[in-house]
Amino acid sequence: MTAEHTLDVLDLHLGYDGPDIVRGLTTAIPPRKVTAIIGANASGKSTLLRGMARLLAPRGGQVLLDGVPVHGMRSVDVARVVGLLPQSPVAPDGITVGDLVARGRYPHQGWFRHWTPQDDLAVGSALAATGTADLVDRHLRDLSGGQRQRVWIAMALAQETDVLLLDEPTTFLDLNFQVEVLDLLTDLNRARGTTVVMVLHDLNLACRYADHVVAMKAGEIVVEGRPGDVIDAAVIADVFDLRCDVLVDPRSGTPMIVPLGRHHAGSRV
Amino acid sequence: MTAVLDPSPPTAHPGAQRVAQQVAQHRRRRARRVLVVGVVLAVAVVAVFVLTMSVGSSGVAPLDVLRSVVAPGSDPRTDFIVRELRLPRALTSLLVGLALGISGTVFQRLLANPLASPDVLGIASGASAAAVAGLVLGNLGGLALSGAALAGALATSALVYLLAWRQGISGYRFILVGIGIGALMGSVTSYLLSKAEVADARAAFAWLVGSSGMAGTAQIQVLAAAVVVLGPLSGLLGRRLTVLELGDDTARGLGLHVERDRRLLMLVSVVLVALATAAAGPIAFVALMAGPLAARLVAGAGSGIVASACVGALIVLVADLLGQHLLPVTLSTGVVTGLIGAPYLVWLLIATNRSGAGG
Repeated sequence: MTAEHTLDVLDLHLGYDGPDIVRGLTTAIPPRKVTAIIGANASGKSTLLRGMARLLAPRGGQVLLDGVPVHGMRSVDVARVVGLLPQSPVAPDGITVGDLVARGRYPHQGWFRHWTPQDDLAVGSALAATGTADLVDRHLRDLSGGQRQRVWIAMALAQETDVLLLDEPTTFLDLNFQVEVLDLLTDLNRARGTTVVMVLHDLNLACRYADHVVAMKAGEIVVEGRPGDVIDAAVIADVFDLRCDVLVDPRSGTPMIVPLGRHHAGSRV
Repeated sequence: MTAVLDPSPPTAHPGAQRVAQQVAQHRRRRARRVLVVGVVLAVAVVAVFVLTMSVGSSGVAPLDVLRSVVAPGSDPRTDFIVRELRLPRALTSLLVGLALGISGTVFQRLLANPLASPDVLGIASGASAAAVAGLVLGNLGGLALSGAALAGALATSALVYLLAWRQGISGYRFILVGIGIGALMGSVTSYLLSKAEVADARAAFAWLVGSSGMAGTAQIQVLAAAVVVLGPLSGLLGRRLTVLELGDDTARGLGLHVERDRRLLMLVSVVLVALATAAAGPIAFVALMAGPLAARLVAGAGSGIVASACVGALIVLVADLLGQHLLPVTLSTGVVTGLIGAPYLVWLLIATNRSGAGG
């Protein structure tokens, strides 16, 4: 395993055209842990991830990789340490799984450098880890949504980075595939010590799978820490504007959010 | 993980070695396909290149053509027919085809849309408008005409880029803006023609149809230099193209300077299409057709730039051969490619509309 990499966000301001979406946010991503960023729509959680991934230049503040501002680093140097799976990646028509995953090797190759056995091994390892080895000759367009997402994760794995950023990797997937993807990321974290940072929609899955949650509202952090320590009904009420009970997940012991709407929420406690 | 005696790196997943062999096989199969297609296309290009110089009012055997091109001197009459009369035209077809094939596929893949070739995006129209302005207003020829076409194409593409820019480039907006600017450039051309002297207008009209036969020596030379330098460069940039076509976010995550690399690839393509237009006029639809045909031949492997260049060259060479010798009437190269390309464009519009990619 390689050196431990740190990813820190310092007084970060991010935005598109209008006012700041992320407003003076400071946090330190715990190395070799799984971090989930949660929050309501438009809370700035995806924007924060995009800022950490250099997809957005900071309006103020910094993102530091091993103490160095990422926006000043050579792009390819960052890409050898930090991998990214965007929210809705696009693939050219007719690309095969093998070709797509191989493109994850780009930051490790030069202008004239030939493909090496090391590259084959990295791609093979990524395919094996994601259970997509049998799909190597298939066209991406012929796969199911769950398979396709696993292939995209395989491409990010082939990049062999110690930090992996994922923007809603489970969105649009059936529940079984959501669990499968999160299991896969947990395997990766445990086997390789990969630092995983992901934006997640599903609170219960976030609480179960994350070592560290960052709950955001209006571009700022409301709470962060171990899910069992920081997630309670008051926090959910604040972050999501939702009344709920927070129970203990009988399987994992992590917080389990049971929403209380106006209907069906009164008879049994 | 027990990594004590494991020869693989610590990141290797159990079973990775076996899968790595599958990956290597897959990669070799793909590379072999690219190589075989490339070699077959290159041989076909050379064959048609020689053939176009072999047929005509006085036929010359293909072997004599080859000898005359490679090692002239044995037969002055053949040398004159081949080298003085036919080589410039064949060379123009070859170079124009290569240039259009490269620039077409680069734009199509950068913008992730088979419609996005430089002729649809208005870049060829910009080169034409500037060249017609040069012909009509300044009586330009030679290098000055190439310079005018280049300036027109660069200005048009910069304008499209700026107008289509909104926190990045989307293929769809780029194409719509390009079509609009292309129409504007077409109007400029028409206006210039309407104001021109009759003789100038006739010359400009003939130029606008597009033909391999009218290139001047200076235009051929500058196009040849561009193809020799920018062809290999675009081949080297091809790997960045294969990353860029995964979308800006993924490409940036993989360590690309997205804007810089995209502009570089576009610049290379614009120069190639401008100099090709200066040499032979706006030869229609070649840039549009070459890339998708080549991609089909190599089954989407690699960047497809070499294959697309060869397909472009084949289209122009065959079109010129047809127009000059094989059809009952003599037609300009651009008319023949238009006859082939127009139905293709109609089919493409219908097909992309059906799949939702064309809008």
